[in-house]
Amino acid sequence: MLSPALETSAGGFLLVLSIVVPVAGVLLAFALGDRYVRLVAFTVVPVGSTIAAAVLLVLPQNDGHLAYLLGAWPPPLGVALRADGSSAVMLATTAIVICVVAVFAASDFRPASGNRRAPFAFWILLLAIWAALNTIFVGGDLFTLYVALELLTFAAVPLVSLEGRAETLQAALRYLLFALLGSILYLMGTALFYGLYGTLDIVLLSHRASAEPGALIAAALMTTGLLAKTALFPLHLWLPPAHAGAPAAASAILSGLVVKGSFFILLRLWFNVRPGMSGFAAAQFLAALGAGAIVVGSIVALRQERLKLLVAYSTLAQIGYLFLMFPLAFNASGQLESGQALAGGLLQTVSHATAKAAMFLAVGSIYAGFGHDRVTGIRGAARALPLSVMTFALAGFALMGVQPGGAALAKELLLQETARTGQWWWAGVLQVGGMFTAAYVVLVLAHALSPPDQPVALVAKPPRSSGLAALALALCSLLLGLLPWEPYLPITYAAESKLFGVEALVKLLVTVFGGAALAILLSPWPHPLAFSAAGKTIMHLIAPLRRTCIGLGSLVETGDGVLRQWSTASISLLLVALLLAALMFVAN
Amino acid sequence: MSIATVFEVALAAVVLGLAIWTIAVPETYSATVGFVAYGLLVALIWVRLDAVDVALTEAAIGGGLGGVVLLGAAARLRDAEATAAERPDRFTRLIAAILSASIAAALGLAILILPDHAPTLAPVVAANAGATGMANPVTNVLMAFRGMDTMLEKVVLLLTVVGVWSLASDRAWGGRPGPHHEADPHGVLAFLARLLPPAGIVVGIYMLWTGADHPGGAFQGGAVLASMWLLAIMAGLADTPPVSSRWLRFILVAGPGLFLVVGLGGLCFGAAFLAYPVAFAKPLILGIEVAMVLTIAATLALLLAGAPERNA
Repeated sequence: MLSPALETSAGGFLLVLSIVVPVAGVLLAFALGDRYVRLVAFTVVPVGSTIAAAVLLVLPQNDGHLAYLLGAWPPPLGVALRADGSSAVMLATTAIVICVVAVFAASDFRPASGNRRAPFAFWILLLAIWAALNTIFVGGDLFTLYVALELLTFAAVPLVSLEGRAETLQAALRYLLFALLGSILYLMGTALFYGLYGTLDIVLLSHRASAEPGALIAAALMTTGLLAKTALFPLHLWLPPAHAGAPAAASAILSGLVVKGSFFILLRLWFNVRPGMSGFAAAQFLAALGAGAIVVGSIVALRQERLKLLVAYSTLAQIGYLFLMFPLAFNASGQLESGQALAGGLLQTVSHATAKAAMFLAVGSIYAGFGHDRVTGIRGAARALPLSVMTFALAGFALMGVQPGGAALAKELLLQETARTGQWWWAGVLQVGGMFTAAYVVLVLAHALSPPDQPVALVAKPPRSSGLAALALALCSLLLGLLPWEPYLPITYAAESKLFGVEALVKLLVTVFGGAALAILLSPWPHPLAFSAAGKTIMHLIAPLRRTCIGLGSLVETGDGVLRQWSTASISLLLVALLLAALMFVAN
Repeated sequence: MSIATVFEVALAAVVLGLAIWTIAVPETYSATVGFVAYGLLVALIWVRLDAVDVALTEAAIGGGLGGVVLLGAAARLRDAEATAAERPDRFTRLIAAILSASIAAALGLAILILPDHAPTLAPVVAANAGATGMANPVTNVLMAFRGMDTMLEKVVLLLTVVGVWSLASDRAWGGRPGPHHEADPHGVLAFLARLLPPAGIVVGIYMLWTGADHPGGAFQGGAVLASMWLLAIMAGLADTPPVSSRWLRFILVAGPGLFLVVGLGGLCFGAAFLAYPVAFAKPLILGIEVAMVLTIAATLALLLAGAPERNA
């Protein structure tokens, strides 16, 4: 809940600092020049992290919310910054991921003679992304959120093409154009809201807005724009090439944090601005798109030859997972409730942010070590790069819902909500999603753990500090379920108690073995399993079934290729906008 | 029907026609020309709606500098256009047209049903003008009531510069952006580049100064100054500065930097972040605007100049 108070609370200045400190870093780094950018970044990172920690500490003492009136002007004339539990959690997550990525990137992006361009851009953009995300998490006004969204986009896009190769430039341009389309849709909706209610302050809007046609159209446009920026299936044409083409540290930020920015604004729009207007049907539609993302993203991920593309497609699937909470959050009176479903969704967001960032960093180290990232070519990686493979494994476990990971707790919360609201079909999707995640984690680990034909000769040895930083992040994601969330997220009944025990173990085994089966059936590459005698017999027995599944998979991949063309993606965008508007009209 | 109404109907018809033509015409170059003309006419519509500040910005960015960027891009794409023509089939285009028309209809509906007496903050803005001592409500909103948005937007501008510069090759990093222009010293471009800037610079500064009480301000003034600088660069009378130059970097961060410092002053010594003490509000805001006009002019000109490609 956002604070309804129209006055600055004690400690509210921390919200200002959370934005101002990284912004000051951007300006200083730019002015001081190429040699000092990394130094400035390393000064700002600890200060910014301290501020995030301070917000975590101060928030519970202020009844769970903070507010700050910029320029001492109360809304609607002025702009308020507001933080609630979810803001505090996201601020802290962002700080942790940024810290780890900064440590990881310290050697890759060291300003050296002959290589000044990439470090200059990387460190400035990293700080800018931090500023943008913090603004999104504490912004209390829809237009301020728009500015933050623009800041985020313009900081994220150049990260994609840092290496300057032709295909990364193309990926960056794709991302830019589609993201700008999303911005325009969001801005149009904002203008309509102002025209209707004369304010863009989230709390004031929540009192004034009602389910009239103009507001519904505005909401449909804004939602669609945010979906395009979040890359929810089928609006994902930009994500795989962008996330797979960027340098590892940048991919970690793009995949772990940047897509969460637009997602967070979507949560503000649906849960804070208009909890009663969205309608059950539109929420079901969003979750259905999420389910589509899980199936298509996972199947295509299993068919990727390159590890980075595999992880990028798994991000696509995980983004779908985030949208399953929408239909589960309705209460008896048809209002979206900031309750347990939202808490589950946010926990999923946090665990994905940490785990996926760690995963991209690990894959980056494997790429740097082997000089390539072909899934079939990383045999022996476990011995050559134990730290990276371990990071990948732990991050993978966290993602697929191994206890006591954040994803496990989130899944438990969402499953309870499906039981409460009687929507058993989403429980099925939640389970299948976990299984698919297990599938690609098992697939990669099977290759990395199998012995190589000849001794592995590494092209480069990644620095130990980078490996340790990534490992710490993966561990962090795996331990999220043990943290005390109650002061920040509305976790009402004890889900943690279900995290351990025989039942949980059985669930885990089902997930892992189901995942292994999916990996064997859907991945077209020769399995390490097939090299042992017993494995050969099994593979022989299931050959016809496997052929069918692989055929199906290739069909899905073709479909994904069609959806990722400009013409199809643009039509999908328009269709999603119209369908959302229609569903909202029907509900009201 | 009064003359004004006839003019408005004709203007709307021409704008709509230009919009359709811009979408329908196959050549990039023609579409660009159509779009630039469209931007200028939309600026006229803003004038008719008494939003002169928006009109000036639209003319400067949508029609002027945006047009230059697009024309440059179209010229570069001209050779590739024949090969890159991947026109979707008729069916796809039909669906796209139907869906776009539906969205347009929904938008039209949303705008038509807006309340006749739209809720507005304009009276509140006017009532609080005393806090800054300036009469232009747009400047008050941008610099005082929603100062945070304006400051962050200037950071966005800075990021676009970082983005454009990051496209440079590693070899050219630190060098001068864009190609070196050689113009005939007795040609018309060099003549214009000598004739226009003295007047243009005065106009730009005037726009900034008058923005306190009348339509105008840092963005519009900065756009005019940028175009004067660009004119001199394109005529070969001036060269783009190398991107490693310390003073250039300083100018590019001056606007948001001063804004931030003043804001922090408010946080430490005043009522709140970005709160101005009433006695000093006007000079402080004018100071920020002076820094911003320089930043905006340099940013816009450098965005048009492109990535560094020559060694200093």
